[in-house]
Amino acid sequence: MMQHLPILQVILPLLAAPLAALASRRHLAWHLTLVATAGAFAISLVLLATILRTGTPIIYDLGGWPAPIGIVYVIDSASAFVLPVVSGIGFVATLAARHLVIAEIDARDHPLFFAAWLLTLAGMLGQVTTGDAFNIFVFLEISSLSGYALVAMGAGRDRRALPAAFNYLILGTVGATFYVIGLGLLYMLTGTLNLADLSVRLAEIENLRPAYVALAFIALGLFLKMALFPLHLWLAPAYSHAPSAVTALMAATATKVSVYVLIRILFGVFGFEFPYMTQAVGGLLLTLGLLGAFVGTFAAIVETDLKRLFAQSSIAQLGYMAIGLGIMTSAGIAASFIHLFNHALMKGALFLALGVIAAQTTHLSLHTIKGAGRQIPITMTAILLGGLARIGVPLTAGFISKLYLIRALIDSGLWAVAALTFVSSALALVYVWKIVEHAWLTERPENAPVLTETPGQWAPAWILVLATIGFGIYAGPLVEAAFGAAQVFGPDIIQATQTIEGLQIIEGLEGQE
Amino acid sequence: MSEIAAHWNYYLVIILMMLGFYAVIARGNMVKKMVGLNIFQTSVFMLYISVGKIDGGTAPILTGDPASVYSNPLPHVLILTAIVVGVATTAVGYALIIRIYEAYGTIEDDEVAVLIDSDQDARERADAEPAS
Repeated sequence: MMQHLPILQVILPLLAAPLAALASRRHLAWHLTLVATAGAFAISLVLLATILRTGTPIIYDLGGWPAPIGIVYVIDSASAFVLPVVSGIGFVATLAARHLVIAEIDARDHPLFFAAWLLTLAGMLGQVTTGDAFNIFVFLEISSLSGYALVAMGAGRDRRALPAAFNYLILGTVGATFYVIGLGLLYMLTGTLNLADLSVRLAEIENLRPAYVALAFIALGLFLKMALFPLHLWLAPAYSHAPSAVTALMAATATKVSVYVLIRILFGVFGFEFPYMTQAVGGLLLTLGLLGAFVGTFAAIVETDLKRLFAQSSIAQLGYMAIGLGIMTSAGIAASFIHLFNHALMKGALFLALGVIAAQTTHLSLHTIKGAGRQIPITMTAILLGGLARIGVPLTAGFISKLYLIRALIDSGLWAVAALTFVSSALALVYVWKIVEHAWLTERPENAPVLTETPGQWAPAWILVLATIGFGIYAGPLVEAAFGAAQVFGPDIIQATQTIEGLQIIEGLEGQE
Repeated sequence: MSEIAAHWNYYLVIILMMLGFYAVIARGNMVKKMVGLNIFQTSVFMLYISVGKIDGGTAPILTGDPASVYSNPLPHVLILTAIVVGVATTAVGYALIIRIYEAYGTIEDDEVAVLIDSDQDARERADAEPAS
């Protein structure tokens, strides 16, 4: 039993999906989903505990075929770190989905909704666990295809969900196909698809030109999937018109999983020492990350639609993760892992809390929440705390991730990037203040509908808010686990020489601008 | 010239890939976008399959004859999976197009965009002066 845990946490939601689709009784689909996600969460916690205790990766050979012939599932410090984030958010979002789905989705569609919900979770967990590059593509498409269907289910309340889902489908498929093209080139070059084996065989090859092209295709495909500026245009419409529960699940996990896959491929396969890695890829990630941080923040400042506002802020957050990777040191990767974790918690909390309001109104904008701070104080406080974590206020987990990101930047001598990161974080104060102003400092219009809240509605959001604060105060284990995860991708010895080289290039880039 | 002749499969793939990609980007009609997407994906399938081909190679069946050369079956199997994924994507895409046509009465990108803007305006007006 114990040795099958790596596959079981993917299989559980995968098998529960058709069962949920067949469930005829009301709420049965939800109960099935809850059990499956709770199971997956429990398994991923056991795996994390095992890895933290022993420190040795667990390799699971599918069908008993060892790598590189068979497909393997690898649980190491990195995947064990990301798994509980995905399955945990999946579990908490499922808790909230009960009331959100009743409010927003036609009762007949509930079984299908939860089937797609479970499939998207299974796909994401599979992407994190698998050690096979083509298997990543298959799981990527499983999670994406069910994701398009989930976004489109917002059409019952807002027909704009349909074109948003269609655009997401087109761009998502282009991204995934780019990934496959890159993978094909790598396969021609090395004759293997196993991630560990790929990295070994790439190091032995002299004529690397096809590998450069492969790197470009794979990176571009994954940039699209993780919504890195300027490939982020699908994100805001998809997130703002999707059902609230879907927005919470996808905003908190989908793009994070793509960031994880990018880390796996960039550093696990190509490695720090690959030509052009520090120069071109590092510089590109830093530049696009910074631009994304500013563009996302400014777009959020002028936005009045609340779901869209926080979707834009996601683009800024993904920018910070890209900056962490662009530093090209273990400390930078660790900062990205910490931020990946914290962003999942706070975005999950924010969108679940927004869902409480969205379920009661037709349109979720700054007007809708005028004076709402007095009518539904518990929900609005959750939104406020989520916003504060987004800025990076001390005592929230957001502070920890900004701290480590800026520290990693300064350690590599990237002072200008560190300063700009700080400025863009501080700018987030503007839109968080807009919410405070409308929710607390404005009287609620007399003809506005009365908003209500019950513990069943706000509890899921508050679980994540309390986790955000908990990890903000007691951050030791989180930071330790994130640095452990970053260690998977290379020892510190490599980074010392690489940093200096990367630094000169970044200065060159800044000089050109 | 012999360079091109030796790698003709790659040139074919690149031409097909760019044709498909152009249709995805440049066409406003959603059905044409899906057709372009399919061509784009098919070009990648051909890239994989042509790589597995070995001159004079037969089907990969064990015959006991050590001299027999066979094509690499792995890319074929991978693409079998990718075709299934492609079919699923196409199905979801066309299902969405049907729903978009029902909701908006058009499947032209720019016409839908105009209606999306008017939806946004309507909601903002409803916000500014709540009905009841």
